Amino acid sequence: MFPAVHKRTGWRAALMTIFGRAYPRVIGATRELSWIFFEIFLPLVAVSAYVFVYRGLGAPEAYVGFVVVGGAMTAFWLNVLWSMGSQLYWEKETGNLGLYIMAPCSLMSILLGMALGGMVATSARALVILLLGAVLFHVHFAVSNFAQLFAVFMLTMAALYGLGMMFSSLFLLMGREAWHFSHLAMEPVYLVSGFFFPLRSFPFWISAAASILPLSLGLDAMRQLVFPPGTIHPFLGVKLEIAFLAVLAVLFIAAARRLLDHMERLAVREGRLTDRGA
Amino acid sequence: MATWLGWQIESNWTDPLLFATYSIIKPLAGASILVVMYAVITHGNFSAPMFQWIYVGSALYLYVGSIMTGISWGVVDDRERYRMLKYLYAVPTPFAVYLLGRGVSRFITGSFSVWITILFGVIFLKIRQSPEHFHPALFVVGLVLGLATLASMGLVLGAVVLTLKTHTEQLGDAVAGALYLFSGAAFSIAMLPAWLRPLAYALPLGYWLEVMRRSLLGPPPAQFATFAAWSDGQLLLALLGFAAGYALLAAGTLKVCVHSARERGMLDQVSNF
Repeated sequence: MFPAVHKRTGWRAALMTIFGRAYPRVIGATRELSWIFFEIFLPLVAVSAYVFVYRGLGAPEAYVGFVVVGGAMTAFWLNVLWSMGSQLYWEKETGNLGLYIMAPCSLMSILLGMALGGMVATSARALVILLLGAVLFHVHFAVSNFAQLFAVFMLTMAALYGLGMMFSSLFLLMGREAWHFSHLAMEPVYLVSGFFFPLRSFPFWISAAASILPLSLGLDAMRQLVFPPGTIHPFLGVKLEIAFLAVLAVLFIAAARRLLDHMERLAVREGRLTDRGA
Repeated sequence: MATWLGWQIESNWTDPLLFATYSIIKPLAGASILVVMYAVITHGNFSAPMFQWIYVGSALYLYVGSIMTGISWGVVDDRERYRMLKYLYAVPTPFAVYLLGRGVSRFITGSFSVWITILFGVIFLKIRQSPEHFHPALFVVGLVLGLATLASMGLVLGAVVLTLKTHTEQLGDAVAGALYLFSGAAFSIAMLPAWLRPLAYALPLGYWLEVMRRSLLGPPPAQFATFAAWSDGQLLLALLGFAAGYALLAAGTLKVCVHSARERGMLDQVSNF
């Protein structure tokens, strides 16, 4: 009987792990700069298409702003789906997962490192879409409350990445279905979260159900805060949305931790979780 | 064989019912984004010819994503996940034929998505197709030429992916998403700024969608009059030219990129970060 592996815990070990896992992603991005074209330029062009759809329909110019903000936030959803949710499954397929589970550090820190490393490209993409979108399509931003905007963004990210960590365990347990689920969770989430139109365009109960996704409330609150008052008919007030986002963040992160622990125990006990192709 | 392999990879991960559900939800959600955008602005005037043109165009555009992603993703999947690309390259089957085969499986699932989306429109969104406007010959010829062109575009993308180390997973979707701007699927090409229009005219997508929509819905509405002066024959001739041109481009790009990937040891490369 082998003695149990004691994993290093505490904030210092967590920070070292996060740094260690984020590092190759950040450095990798500088080794081949083609991602700037593929991950920033092409999505910007794709978002522009929705702007022209609205212009073709003769929509008020405010909708162009909604598209630009929603288009910028799609980057974070894709990052969560592919660089967090599906990542452990992909690591299993490429043979790294066993190493992660054996490593004397927490899986949560490894995942967070992946997320932060991936966020370099994600944030750049979101920022460029926002800035260029504003310049090219003459979107007028008028932030009414910077503190609330900061709180909304941070809570949205915390809830979103908590959800991503949950997905990573679930997807690993699902196997190949996970990959397809990630594909499936793109357009439907763009639709129900109101990436390209206000959340309130849906009947109340659909919007309420969609609020389980942090980006739905986050986007609605951000649009209220970055556009002049009266531009958007909000789903809920900003303060209420902040409160809901805080609840979602706590819930998702706690659930992610439990699921990761469960998955780790399963991997050790059954010894099959890291089998490729399973 | 490649088509069979691709089909197995695409479809045997679950039972047929869940696979069918998956194949329906994704395209319908994509189409529904446009439907909601349209409904919000026009207060749900779905019977307008403009909406029919937008809806059918966007449904057909699903082929672009399916075929281009099918081929380019096949390269990533076989190289990084299954680690078989170098063996596939070594077998005495033309590499392009294998890649096209991988694309065909996505074409099959894509076809399912396209026609389910159109059927949904007919049943729930008042998409009406009158028999006198349906031109089967134009439809078939347009579909064949368009798909041949898309396959060549997919090969170009697949070839480029061979030479890339990073960020290739979403490339097919990203390129298809970007080309949407130049396709005239949901708005007229004339809506684009003057400096962007030449690029749209240089791509086959606008011509192909015009042919397909004319064959199904009849003459274009006033908001989509970009090709109104073109006859069906002229459009088909243009498509034929694009099909031939892109086939040559695909052959050239594949030759250059495969050589480059082989010389740089990228046929069996795994990125792992």
